[in-house]
Amino acid sequence: MWVLLGIAVLVAGFVARLNPLAVILAAAVVTGVAAAIAPGVGPAELWAAALDTIAAFGKAFNDYRYISVIWLVLPLIGLLERYGLQEQARALVGKVRSATTGRILLAYFLLRQISAAAGLTKLGGHPQMVRPLIAPMAEAAAESRHGDLPDALRYRIRAHAAAVDNIALFFGEDIFFAIASILLIKGFLEANGIVLEPWQLAVWAIPTAVSALLIHGVRLIRLDRTIARETGPESGQ
Amino acid sequence: MITLDWVYIFAGLTFASFSALTLSDRGHARRFGTAAFWGLLAVSFLFGSHLGDLGNGFLVLALAALAGFRLLGQSHPPTTDGAERAESAARYGNWLFVPALMIPAVAILGVLVLEKVSLFGRPLFGAEQPTIIALGLAVALALAGAMVWLRPSLVAPLQEGRRLMDSVGWAGILPQALAALGAVFVIAGVGDRIGELFSTWLPLDHRLLAVIAYCVGMALFTFIMGNAFAAFPVMTAAVGLPIVVNQFGGDPAIVCAIGMLSGFCGTLTTPMAANFNVVPAALLDLPDREAPFNGVIRVQIPTAALILTINIALMYVLAFRF
Repeated sequence: MWVLLGIAVLVAGFVARLNPLAVILAAAVVTGVAAAIAPGVGPAELWAAALDTIAAFGKAFNDYRYISVIWLVLPLIGLLERYGLQEQARALVGKVRSATTGRILLAYFLLRQISAAAGLTKLGGHPQMVRPLIAPMAEAAAESRHGDLPDALRYRIRAHAAAVDNIALFFGEDIFFAIASILLIKGFLEANGIVLEPWQLAVWAIPTAVSALLIHGVRLIRLDRTIARETGPESGQ
Repeated sequence: MITLDWVYIFAGLTFASFSALTLSDRGHARRFGTAAFWGLLAVSFLFGSHLGDLGNGFLVLALAALAGFRLLGQSHPPTTDGAERAESAARYGNWLFVPALMIPAVAILGVLVLEKVSLFGRPLFGAEQPTIIALGLAVALALAGAMVWLRPSLVAPLQEGRRLMDSVGWAGILPQALAALGAVFVIAGVGDRIGELFSTWLPLDHRLLAVIAYCVGMALFTFIMGNAFAAFPVMTAAVGLPIVVNQFGGDPAIVCAIGMLSGFCGTLTTPMAANFNVVPAALLDLPDREAPFNGVIRVQIPTAALILTINIALMYVLAFRF
């Protein structure tokens, strides 16, 4: 049970608000060393275990480099922002009279969930879509109806923009049969002697997907009411 | 053939230029620490395969030390102001969306079409991570197009990229580091121990209790690991398969599909799922981005809790009928 010490380090580090990157490394080393604890194991062996763990961490970090490739989009996004991408996203929303924050986010939710269900999980994402387009649009819709927003409300709208991307993706992608999580389930069941076709799994993601759309859709519509309440009567056009 | 290594070289050169530009930026408050951080990341992308496992480990240790001692800072390279941006937006109009939307378009095209294309008898894409290769290709094409169209100075995209990268800061490699931590957990058998705890200590003598234990367990374990993929094999081997499926006769497809989706509810609530929950808070300049439960997570918690409850109900109602 000593290996669970690493999780304790992780939790304690987050609670103490230490730098997460440093906490993760500490948790990894503690886990590796704790796994080596046994009767008769001395400091030399524990030191070796620590080095082995750092090496294992380094190997995995190197193998997982593809995760950080996403930052390649930043020079392009930044360049387009330099030329007014966010302002154009806002202007576009200002022209649509029926646009509200909740409706814009709900429309993006639908687009993201349906495209993810069709296997197009790359159609979206925080650096590519939410920061340059969706969040400015959601903010602009509230501003064009209610004028300047209090900071707390502005940040809540941004957080909602980020959340829509996540929730729509999570509860859309599993409907596509060739997605990683479905293949993981299929592989796991096969290893335990249960053979299923991927679509037999994917079809059971549909009830949850519909529920997610209903639940979060209601919350987004109610977000419009919250915005109206916190900004007073409609001003602007 | 375009392989993953090409994309890594592209990324390495990009981070190397962030580092070089930071180093020459005398107005930068944390010039050396920030330059060292992006420089080390460039080394990882360019030479990671030649450093050896321990070498890579010490590289990450150095990155964590730079972040832990707060040696990273925000840069303010010259850019356009609000008025200039509004004017530029009026001038270029909706065409500005085209390069941004080219990235998902080309990335999807890459996965659907280019992945299957062969040139001179060899596949166009390498076999490893074709979606990442498509992403790299998409960025290169969209950036080239935008440069030809907008004609900024050559260094402009790198300066703007550095500005945004600094606003994300060390959180940018948090997802990669968490994935590596997951690998260490697997080697040490952390998941198996947690699975044992669950199956030893919980009284699972009714099928509703078993369903609740499995769904909540998936969410909780995902909360800790930050990743439902890590939780699924453990919780399903400990509770889902032996108890919900074998003991109470639940349908394995329904149990596993909804079990995985219960894990996703955990993903929505945890700072450990950094790429989904922490990175966007940084990208959107939320003031509480460093809090354990930042604004994004707090917005997601009610939806996650409701969906988890519905998942439990769905599994209980559906799994024993079909």
